[in-house]
Amino acid sequence: MSQARLTPAQLRELLQQRILILDGAMGTMIQAHQFDEEDYRGAEFADWPSDLKGNNDLLALTQPEVIKDIHRQYLLAGADIVETNSFNATTIAMADYQMEGLSARINREAAALARQACDEVTATTPERPRFVAGVLGPTNRTASISPDVNDPGFRNVSFDELVLAYKESTHALVEGGADIIMLETIFDTLNAKAAAFAVLEVFDELGYELPVMISGTITDASGRTLSGQTTEAFYHSMAHVQPVCFGLNCALGPDLLRPYVEALSTVSEAYVSVHPNAGLPNEFGEYDLGAEEMAAEIADWARQGFVNIVGGCCGTTPEHIRTIAEAVAGVQPRQPKSVSHQFNLAGLEAFSPEW
Amino acid sequence: MQQQARFINIGERTNVTGSARFKKLILNSDYETALEVAKQQVENGAQIIDINMDEAMLDSKAAMVRFLNLLAGEPDIARVPIMVDSSKWEVIEAALKCIQGKAIVNSISLKEGEAQFIEQAKRVRRYGAAAVVMAFDEVGQADTQQRKVEICQRAYHILVNQVGFPPEDIIFDPNIFAVATGIEEHNNYAVDFIEACRDIKRLCPYAKISGGVSNISFSFRGNDPVREAMHSVFLYYAIAAGLDMGIVNAGQLAVYDDIPDLLRERVEDVILNRREDATERLLEIAPEFKGDGSVAEKQDDVWRSWPVNKRLEHALVKGITDFIEQDTDEARQQAEKPLHVIEGPLMDGMNVVGDLFGEGKMFLPQVVKSARVMKKAVAFLQPYIEQEKSGGSAQGKILLATVKGDVHDIGKNIVGVVLQCNNFEVIDLGVMVPCAKLLQIAKEEQVDAIGLSGLITPSLDEMVHVAKEMQRLDFTVPLLIGGATTSKVHTAVKIEPHYQHGVVYVPNASRSVSVVQSLISKTGKADYLTRIKTEYETAREQHKRSRPGQTMLSLAQARSNAVQLDLSKVAPPPKQPGVHVWHDVDLQQLRDYIDWTPFFMTWQLSGKYPAILNHAEVGMEARKLFKDANAMLDRMITEQRVAGKAIFGLFPANSEGDDIIVYTDESRTQERCRLHQLRQQLQLRNKIPNSCLSDFIAPVGSGVADYVGAFAVSTGFGADEFAAEFVAEHDDYNSIMVKALADRLAEALAEYLHLKVRRDYWGYASEETLENEQLIRELYQGIRPAPGYPACPEHTEKETLWQLLDVETNIGMELTESFAMWPGAAVSGWYLAHPDSKYFAVSKIGQDQLEDYAKRKGWTLAQAESWLAPNLNN
Repeated sequence: MSQARLTPAQLRELLQQRILILDGAMGTMIQAHQFDEEDYRGAEFADWPSDLKGNNDLLALTQPEVIKDIHRQYLLAGADIVETNSFNATTIAMADYQMEGLSARINREAAALARQACDEVTATTPERPRFVAGVLGPTNRTASISPDVNDPGFRNVSFDELVLAYKESTHALVEGGADIIMLETIFDTLNAKAAAFAVLEVFDELGYELPVMISGTITDASGRTLSGQTTEAFYHSMAHVQPVCFGLNCALGPDLLRPYVEALSTVSEAYVSVHPNAGLPNEFGEYDLGAEEMAAEIADWARQGFVNIVGGCCGTTPEHIRTIAEAVAGVQPRQPKSVSHQFNLAGLEAFSPEW
Repeated sequence: MQQQARFINIGERTNVTGSARFKKLILNSDYETALEVAKQQVENGAQIIDINMDEAMLDSKAAMVRFLNLLAGEPDIARVPIMVDSSKWEVIEAALKCIQGKAIVNSISLKEGEAQFIEQAKRVRRYGAAAVVMAFDEVGQADTQQRKVEICQRAYHILVNQVGFPPEDIIFDPNIFAVATGIEEHNNYAVDFIEACRDIKRLCPYAKISGGVSNISFSFRGNDPVREAMHSVFLYYAIAAGLDMGIVNAGQLAVYDDIPDLLRERVEDVILNRREDATERLLEIAPEFKGDGSVAEKQDDVWRSWPVNKRLEHALVKGITDFIEQDTDEARQQAEKPLHVIEGPLMDGMNVVGDLFGEGKMFLPQVVKSARVMKKAVAFLQPYIEQEKSGGSAQGKILLATVKGDVHDIGKNIVGVVLQCNNFEVIDLGVMVPCAKLLQIAKEEQVDAIGLSGLITPSLDEMVHVAKEMQRLDFTVPLLIGGATTSKVHTAVKIEPHYQHGVVYVPNASRSVSVVQSLISKTGKADYLTRIKTEYETAREQHKRSRPGQTMLSLAQARSNAVQLDLSKVAPPPKQPGVHVWHDVDLQQLRDYIDWTPFFMTWQLSGKYPAILNHAEVGMEARKLFKDANAMLDRMITEQRVAGKAIFGLFPANSEGDDIIVYTDESRTQERCRLHQLRQQLQLRNKIPNSCLSDFIAPVGSGVADYVGAFAVSTGFGADEFAAEFVAEHDDYNSIMVKALADRLAEALAEYLHLKVRRDYWGYASEETLENEQLIRELYQGIRPAPGYPACPEHTEKETLWQLLDVETNIGMELTESFAMWPGAAVSGWYLAHPDSKYFAVSKIGQDQLEDYAKRKGWTLAQAESWLAPNLNN
């Protein structure tokens, strides 16, 4: 690693000074290359028994220059933080391709590619360091929802299995050079609790802590996560992790996300991040919210004092990130809520009694 | 949503050790019915559900996991937090791996030593749960007050200092043990618990206290009335001492005041260990209370023989709820569809009420009582209508809310009731409603109009914000503005220009109906809005024109025309300086100090008390209302449903310019804080001085040692909960009554406290003897101006007051982000003792004072503009 380890305190200090920019979509950028099965396989996996087209995380091994270039484009567009291409790289998600055994390697390489891109760009403007956020995705299984309609008590993944998988990914991301660990697109809080449990165990084993970012997903206009929690309930359920940053991403465009961003900003004693989609997908499954429109809404959040880190999720491009970065430049960052000692519990809804 | 709860009840029915039924269901693997038990508990008001599977015949871990996984799929149950209850750590850990929310672990303790305690606490934290900590150590379970407190304090320090456990997530269970067991050593168990609560609360900041309440009455198994009485008496005292939550069967609690006197007295003897033979004396009478001894007396009247539609009308007009369900049911059976009962006889009856109200033959309190009857009838019909699935036919849908930062809702509730009486569907979002939430619901529910209410001045800005947001988000429904500080001028000048689809100021509840009707009318709406727009344009112009009439002095000119204080009349030093707290005010004695006139105004009966009671037109209604009010006061006070607290302090002070400096001590060398004041800046006639509150305090350098006082009082503790109970019973009349009375008691407490300060604590008027009437007319020496009111209109000064007295820690009153006080029935302010001090209105200030004030407060100009907006000239 080319620089000293980033501590949670250092990141907090930076967030106190200005709004940081997160990168945009990885999948959208990969899609533009229109890779076919062979491109995904590369030489190493030419004979792999299952189909590999669509295994975007594998591209860290088979198309590393493309992935690194996407990171570079976002950094040049103004991103301070880039997310590793490891959204589906846990052993659990990789099982779809029978690639559980490659999980650690993919995570490590994904982090290393982002690290290289960041270090290259930072070298040109050393006064402004760029950071690698090692991404832990939600996996394709849910610990609190049954996949079997006839048996609501059934689960196809357990907390312990999730912890095991996430520990492996976390170790690999740190080895590859991640500065931050980011739990994103959380649609089942129990999965996220397992991920957080794993991350904290890894920190114990390493003997140091990296900054943690947590970002949940409000799946539709009901204002709930897929597993049924409100924004506030989600926040209280994860507050024990004491992340540097709490946020929301994906699923909705900025317009529909706004009330939940405001709600989160109202309760959060951590800094707040948001990276929404470029609107909702149209009938062709494409995201078509333009950079200007998206930046206008996000800039309004910034002016309202809702946010500390902003970026994009599905459908966003370097153009979106550039426009957003310009729109929030110079706007004062949100001040986190002071520590209140309020007693909070949560089921699907928050329980915050007052005496 | 924030919920107010003096006591959190934790459901106990999903516990195999406590419920034979639940145990049987789980042993038979009938999880479906077991879930039903959980659901009922939540429906019956359990705010947290305790789940316990500790049973020898059971694989507890497997049963716990299975039950929790099934429960996760039931949103009606899973919406509340879970308490995982087991004596086995492996069961607790397995449960935590199934829960996505933030749960409570019940329990961990020092029983097996510190090492295990610390390890388990760390794990609990890593799973993101709070923890119940039993008062149990290596020696055993704590039984005396001293042991309970010692163990809890030790555990607290380990958790907070060694583990890094958040103190607010620690819930102590100091062990509730059975009393009246016949064993003498057990007699003081309840007292030990109650007293321990008090100590723990003091010694362990932010920690909570819980307990298993039914243990206390274990020796009276089989006699439920006595057990229930014991529970409510115990809770009554334990909650006052600091018990925050408990495992109780919410459906089986006697109302403290409903317990027969004899039983209550003997139960209290037992709980409070008041006499040696307490147990014997309770045993002696216990058999008499077994079973249900109450016999209801039936009343009949001639109207009961009328046809059912007439009976319904009579009940609505007279506000009689006794037979309403029975009569509604009869009408339902006669009607073709249940909905026709609402559209037919019930609406007919309400139309009669509406007409009488319109003609001034019925008064607001009666109308609200009628609404109560109507709501009960509709609630009764609801399940039948839902079965039929026919659509409603309300005139329109109105969304009402008290804006963010404000907790005042009496007026808004009255508007809601009046609109409902007129067949509008009302969605009432309550108080402190954030803009985004109210607009989101407005959109989802496709309402026809949005009504905003607020009492304090910062709420005016929030209303402007809502109007801007509605414009930004392309709303098209009209916006209604109401509440005590709102006005037509403010609406016209500040709000209406920001939203183009109609903003209408509604001066009072009875006007709300005609306004809303005009806005809903397809044909008349456009005309109406055009008329309003023109009206507001005129109002704006008049407002602009009204300006030049008064000359604005420069701040320097205004200061040179300050009040010249007669230093020879400065009040003597306080007899009891420093801070004083009244934790539990005797509300009964406050009744003599109530100023009733504003109470009648709340109910839109105008006239001065007591003359209003004999008023030719409204006298009879006023008398009825007065009688109901006093009956409700009796309940609020004797059942202790509301509590009053006060804090006040008297401090060395001198003035410097427009600031009042409060010193740390009598040496007057160190500033404790500054009370920033504003000065009248408009030129006044007849050379009247331009006043500022600092003028009434002897200045620095005058050599005169002066003083200033600060106070905060509230009688609203418990009022929201009590009012909510009535709302749950569709009884808005009594709900509004409770809040209106709590407000009156708060004012009375402020009056009484000021009197005690003048006579005793400060003591500058120890000879004063004034009647209540004279007090109301303020015929005493000194004033008590309140931040946010005309003499010191800037609200954030309350923050200084709160810090000076440490109000929140001492008596639990809080400030919202807009500096409204919570509980809502509250008064705070400053005491100035100089005989020449008087109330005045700061009114408009100039740019120079705005800048000067910003500098003094350490604010940006924008901050100052925002907080002083009502006093600025634009």
